Amino acid sequence: MSGHDNREKDAITGVETTGHEWDGLKELNNPAPRWWLWVFVITAIWSVGYWVVYPAWPVAGGATKGTWAWTQYAELKDAQQEIYQRRAKYQEKFHAASMPEILADSELYEFARVGGAAAFKENCAACHGTGAAGGRGYPNLNDDDWLWGGKLADIHQTLRAGVNSGHDDARGTQMPSFGRDGLLTRAQIDDVTEYVHDLHLGDKAVQTEAYLRGKEVFAENCTACHGENGEGSHDMGAPRLNDEIWLWGGDKKSIHATVSQARTGVMPAWEGRLSPDTLKALTIYIHSLGGTEPDVPETNE
Amino acid sequence: MSDDIVYFEKQKKIYPRSVKGRYRRLKWLAMGVLLAIYYLVPWIRWDRGPHAPSQAVLIDMPARRAYFFNIELWPQEVYFFAGLMVLGAVGLFFVTSLLGRVWCGYACPQTVWTDLFVAVENWVQGDRNARMKLDKSPLSFEKVWKKTLTHILWVAIALCTGGAWVFYFVDAPTLFEQIIHFDVSWMAGSWILGLTASTYIMAGYAREQVCTYMCPYARFQSAMFDKDTLIIGYDRERGEPRGKHKQGTSWEGHGHCIDCTQCVIVCPMGIDIRNGLQMDCIACGLCVDACNDVMDRMELPQGLIRYDTQRNYEKRTLAHKTGMPHKDSIDIWRPRTFYYIAVMAVISAIMLFAFLSRSAVEMSVIHDRNPLYVRLSNGDIRNTYTIKVINKTHDDLSFRLRVEGIAPRTVSVAGPGGVSVDDLQVLADSVGTFRIMLVAPATEAARRQRHEITLYLDAEKESNAADMGTVFISAGAM
Repeated sequence: MSGHDNREKDAITGVETTGHEWDGLKELNNPAPRWWLWVFVITAIWSVGYWVVYPAWPVAGGATKGTWAWTQYAELKDAQQEIYQRRAKYQEKFHAASMPEILADSELYEFARVGGAAAFKENCAACHGTGAAGGRGYPNLNDDDWLWGGKLADIHQTLRAGVNSGHDDARGTQMPSFGRDGLLTRAQIDDVTEYVHDLHLGDKAVQTEAYLRGKEVFAENCTACHGENGEGSHDMGAPRLNDEIWLWGGDKKSIHATVSQARTGVMPAWEGRLSPDTLKALTIYIHSLGGTEPDVPETNE
Repeated sequence: MSDDIVYFEKQKKIYPRSVKGRYRRLKWLAMGVLLAIYYLVPWIRWDRGPHAPSQAVLIDMPARRAYFFNIELWPQEVYFFAGLMVLGAVGLFFVTSLLGRVWCGYACPQTVWTDLFVAVENWVQGDRNARMKLDKSPLSFEKVWKKTLTHILWVAIALCTGGAWVFYFVDAPTLFEQIIHFDVSWMAGSWILGLTASTYIMAGYAREQVCTYMCPYARFQSAMFDKDTLIIGYDRERGEPRGKHKQGTSWEGHGHCIDCTQCVIVCPMGIDIRNGLQMDCIACGLCVDACNDVMDRMELPQGLIRYDTQRNYEKRTLAHKTGMPHKDSIDIWRPRTFYYIAVMAVISAIMLFAFLSRSAVEMSVIHDRNPLYVRLSNGDIRNTYTIKVINKTHDDLSFRLRVEGIAPRTVSVAGPGGVSVDDLQVLADSVGTFRIMLVAPATEAARRQRHEITLYLDAEKESNAADMGTVFISAGAM
């Protein structure tokens, strides 16, 4: 403490100055506590630890590895491992269970739905949309209109082998190009368009002459696949025509184009690309979207 | 010249002398009550039935529940904690504007535990002079055992402090059983050891440094002070000129301060209150006790150092100068006290309303956005909702779902068979999730594009019913 008394003191506060002066301003010396300095030094020393244990210094070919060999990849792997372990509890049961069994078990069902939803977004959303609402030419999987059937087995088969995919078990569609191949005249196509457009109205349809002519054309050319009343056929993937859902558009122009040039959808076969368990989960997920044909006796309504 | 400037000051060890008096008694009382609350509260039992912990005050982190006697909070009600903290902060401001830093002097854990540690020191090593002598003395058997015993007691207290903390987060008797068998979880163990260390360091060594350098409160307290705030002050008019006084001689030309420095010696912050209000002063009042004791012995009136307001000190000075009479007064009702009361009242009212209007059952509804609606083959429109039903009761409940705002064709629960909208079951103390499919006939749906609808959950007990507004979307008029 020697020399304190002859140090310059600020007149107002009585606090000694550091002796530093900038343009007439003098700095008062209110010393910080010594332990604060020690805390600072200790944190500085502590920080050296990071250099040692973590990757830190750039060297040729990357950076020092650090003694903990920490990497983001390893951390990701650990996190994934944790997920797998959490899944493992259900995965085995899920693997062994049949699809109806899964439907009956609320825990497995939820497991399948969550897994299926994730797989759907990765693999199916490109065509069917993230919400499975489809689009022109890509079926909406939420509704109750199914080209190939909406039962669990039907969905699973479609997923596995695809449509017009080249897979051995693939579902195949073959709608003739009635206009392009000259199977029907332009007038006949006009007529059948009138008929098909109003098919869903049933008895309430206004029976114009074109409608009646179209009905005949339909009976001769279309019923083999689409059924007597346009009810469609799951076996042939022939769309139901007497409902309000249109895959390629329900306006007259679209229907005309469909009859004239035919439409052929393609869906890849997922067998071999996705694991059987993933296919099973996807089936359950799609089945859960609400447009299913009853597999188990419905209890509601 | 600059080479002997001290930029970083070594902590000067303070040896506060023990003192007796009104404020010291108040401090003992506060310490007793607060420590009793801290240590005993986790042991209060509260029967909540078989599915919930039977500890009155418990924050159950893994289960995401906070229990306070008959109140049970879920994570989404954490705003009650925020409200309590805001209320606590404003309450602190309010008290400070009236009474100065009484929180610091009496109730702050730093003060309470430091006081306790000093008491231990005092009990083992003796009072101020004995402690100073012991520290200066060379190593001896007496010094070793006294110092060792002090530290053993400190660590013991610190361990109890750290140990008691974890009881607020885990069932206390169970954890106690584990602790005495050294069978605690990594989490509980590290909290106990961490808080033991911090208690030992903060109350044993850091002490006044915490208040002066670490605590932000000391730095902004002046924002709450005004001239009518009670502060500890030295009556300069009466005390000066200070100086030694021989018994039996006249006080003429002498102030009442005999410069005995008792006020400095007892101060746990190591300051001289006669220099006026300082940032370091925690308003504990021990200097008041010490000075009153001296005044009694001098047969002078008490209150040379006392709790008083700046305004009264100034009035006294003015009166002294002008010779006019003056009257001490304390003005409680000032604008700032009104502001603080108003803010506290508003926050309390909001919290009370939120608390009284919270219900045992809550629901939330998420309308499916992708797709917004689905057209079915017969033209009907279907909307899908995810509803979450929070059952805070300790009973399994069943609900019946009812829809208003649209005439549906069907309402059903999506998922594996067996669940009916007439019997949505939610287990006790849990959240039930259901996907609800609402199908409306085409004509009904087409009335407008956006139907404002309400989903009702009817329960056996009316207080368990819940409802939530949502929308039914369709393509609208075709």
